[in-house]
Amino acid sequence: MGFPLNNPFKNNPVWARQWQAFRSNRRGYWSLWIFLTLFVLSLGAELVANEKPLLLSYDGDLYVPVFNTYPETTFGGFFESEANYRDPVVADLINEKGWMIWPPVRFSYNTINYDLQVPAPAPPSSENWLGTDDQGRDILAGLIYGFRISVLFGLMLTVLSSIVGIIVGAVQGYYGGKLDLFGQRFIEIWSSMPTLFLIIIISSFVIPSFWTLLVIMLLFSWMTLVDLVRAEFLRCRNMDYVRSAKAMGVRSPMIMFRHMLPNAMVATLTFLPFILNSAVVTLTSLDFIGFGLPPDAPSLGRLVGQGKANLHAPWIGISVFATLTIMLTLLVYIGEAIRDAFDTRKFLQ
Amino acid sequence: MSLLSVRGLTIRFGDQTAVDNMDLDLEPGRMLALVGESGSGKSLTALSFLDLLPDAAKWSAESMNLGGENLLNLNDKQKRSLRGGRIGMIFQEPLTALNPLHNVEKQISEGLFLHQGMSQTQARERCKELLRQVELPDSMDMLQRYPHQLSGGQRQRVMIAMALANNPQILIADEPTTALDVTVQETILNLIKRLQDELGLSILLISHDLGVVGRFADDILVMHRGRQVESGPTKDVLANPRDPYTRHLLDSEPAGQMPALATDSPMLLEASDIEVGFKTKRTHLFKPAPVFRAVDRISLALRKGETLGIVGESGSGKSTLALAILRLIGSTGSITLDGHPLHGLSQGQLRPWRRRMQVVFQDPFGSLNPRMTIGQIIAEGLAVHEPTLAKAQREQRVAELLQEVDLPTETRNRYPHEFSGGQRQRIAIARALILKPDLLILDEPTSALDRSVQYQILELLKSLQQRHGLSYLFISHDLKVIRAICHRVMVMKDGKVVEQGDVQTIFDHPAEAYTRKLISAALA
Repeated sequence: MGFPLNNPFKNNPVWARQWQAFRSNRRGYWSLWIFLTLFVLSLGAELVANEKPLLLSYDGDLYVPVFNTYPETTFGGFFESEANYRDPVVADLINEKGWMIWPPVRFSYNTINYDLQVPAPAPPSSENWLGTDDQGRDILAGLIYGFRISVLFGLMLTVLSSIVGIIVGAVQGYYGGKLDLFGQRFIEIWSSMPTLFLIIIISSFVIPSFWTLLVIMLLFSWMTLVDLVRAEFLRCRNMDYVRSAKAMGVRSPMIMFRHMLPNAMVATLTFLPFILNSAVVTLTSLDFIGFGLPPDAPSLGRLVGQGKANLHAPWIGISVFATLTIMLTLLVYIGEAIRDAFDTRKFLQ
Repeated sequence: MSLLSVRGLTIRFGDQTAVDNMDLDLEPGRMLALVGESGSGKSLTALSFLDLLPDAAKWSAESMNLGGENLLNLNDKQKRSLRGGRIGMIFQEPLTALNPLHNVEKQISEGLFLHQGMSQTQARERCKELLRQVELPDSMDMLQRYPHQLSGGQRQRVMIAMALANNPQILIADEPTTALDVTVQETILNLIKRLQDELGLSILLISHDLGVVGRFADDILVMHRGRQVESGPTKDVLANPRDPYTRHLLDSEPAGQMPALATDSPMLLEASDIEVGFKTKRTHLFKPAPVFRAVDRISLALRKGETLGIVGESGSGKSTLALAILRLIGSTGSITLDGHPLHGLSQGQLRPWRRRMQVVFQDPFGSLNPRMTIGQIIAEGLAVHEPTLAKAQREQRVAELLQEVDLPTETRNRYPHEFSGGQRQRIAIARALILKPDLLILDEPTSALDRSVQYQILELLKSLQQRHGLSYLFISHDLKVIRAICHRVMVMKDGKVVEQGDVQTIFDHPAEAYTRKLISAALA
């Protein structure tokens, strides 16, 4: 179509007013910024918490171990395998002829600290800021990587299930009739399945990975938005501007996209933070009971499990608990602010 | 000595003055009409007597006396005894003003318990008496009915009975008939007039319709933008309006007739035996659901440059007929546009025909997408039918159309909520015209507008028809408008055609009783 698909949100006074309303909710506004900062930082987790130096100089040459793999022999060692920079022997070899810049946390999520002075789990110290778990792995590094994978998983699940939900809801609401009737009955049956058990059963014969888990959970999470979007479309389909567009011969997908979707977006955007929240919680609980991400993946759920198994090491449980609480609370605050911003009663007065 | 006397009433919302220094006198046993267009502050004025203004409103008055008693320093208890006691009130939309969960008896007797402390049996007797007064059957069946089981006119009668329950001295009727059909309108106004004479009531009738008011009110007070423009006995005001605004209101009454159409004008639209049925609820498990025929075998023909008016009360199927002709809902029968049959075409095959027939709807607030600019709204049709048009040309066309409907071209970057009802209707017309259609279906295009705005829109439609040779299918319940703009008229009732013919013939010599009733109610 040669029609400019102008961004419906740009320069729209309605949206401008809603952004104002969002900003005026200070708590939600600051929550958004804090959450975005944490998320961006965690995206660069490898630069924040890693067992490899960010940059090193050896014999006048610069090396970037974070991104490249160098065998130990490069630095005058014996083995052909990748250099273990935490090994005092390797570190001495490098420091003799150069220097190393380390990230703030010198552990990755799966780095085992063999130099602990006390038996694992070790309490917080200047080396392991939040202590270690019972394998000697750094808690802080685990939290950073776990936060990243949780949020990424949650975001992807939210986006995918929103797309599916909006399309299904839109089609049902727009066409109505038998399609709507059977769609609704199907959703009623499908949504009454015990989701968690099904995921446990499925993951017992499919080896769970990030992507398979995403697909399995998508099978059951796309229904949240259907009812909302469907109701909005049912309301809009009889609006005169939709009728006018039909009388003009505008194609149905275009009517749905241009005339009806913006109305449904209000309900959708309001719901997004809460969907994200529930996705994170579901992933964490699956990891906690051991049916989630593969064992070598960083995960908040497994850290919760560590905390439960090691009640004598309260720093594990408290750290994970605090992380989860902060993350979920921020999301709820953001959600509340968005809901306020879209509350028509507030800005139409 | 007037019964209700108000001096220097001022109502403000923030720094906007909604009512400015109003004086009002209601004489005992007389009917005063408060006339003005929407937003002129007439309802606010009436609400202030009962201190029922919205919280955001700040109001003050020099004096406000009811039968010698000062209303300005009443306490809450005294105010309550005033509301529904000495002053009764009727609202515009009886469906929302009645509690849907209370039956008629409960609605009426609530005020009796509250103000007179009647017993159940006394209240029931009084209810029956009131029902007789408002010309409703006083049977138990009527007392037990809920608002949704009543017709619009019956609901309004129940509202009047509620207002009369405590023998008020004053009855405030806020647009009591605007939501009703013409014939019902007539009977309700007659009832109010009769009650005024019988009970010696003073009535404050709020209305936007000078025509109605002229026949019933004793005195008139014209308001414009919160100011009192003119007041006096009805005869004087209507015969010698002193203020230009009153004259403007009087001149806005649709008048005149369309010049006759050239007899050799080619046929544009022919529809025969159009039938639209809706399945109703199944009454028997094994029998097919009964079909409600909203449009029952209607045939019509429209020539180029002609306007066919379709008149009928609400529920007569006139809007359904329009949707059927637009092929937006399923129908049987045959429709031909320029000799080409439109039935049996798929959506894709229909698309080239769509640009030749366009539609303008009644509600100027619902017919424009609030999230699109005026330019986008008007240009939408071009995107469908002339997708190859360059951006500059498209903007050029939009600008031309805006000029054609007398809107400044700068408006194309603004959003619908910034426009008034009349302007929005112009935008809707521009959107319909950008495809240069032959046929424009106008579904109550002026019903939601004030008389003077209505007048402008009708003039616009007339001039567009002359310039472009458009054919109109003009749907309305307002016979005055129909007479002013149509060549031919078709009267509908319950999905069927009652009568059709030239405007002149139908209005001067209606053949059917129903048509006569409609015309006498509307044009008396």
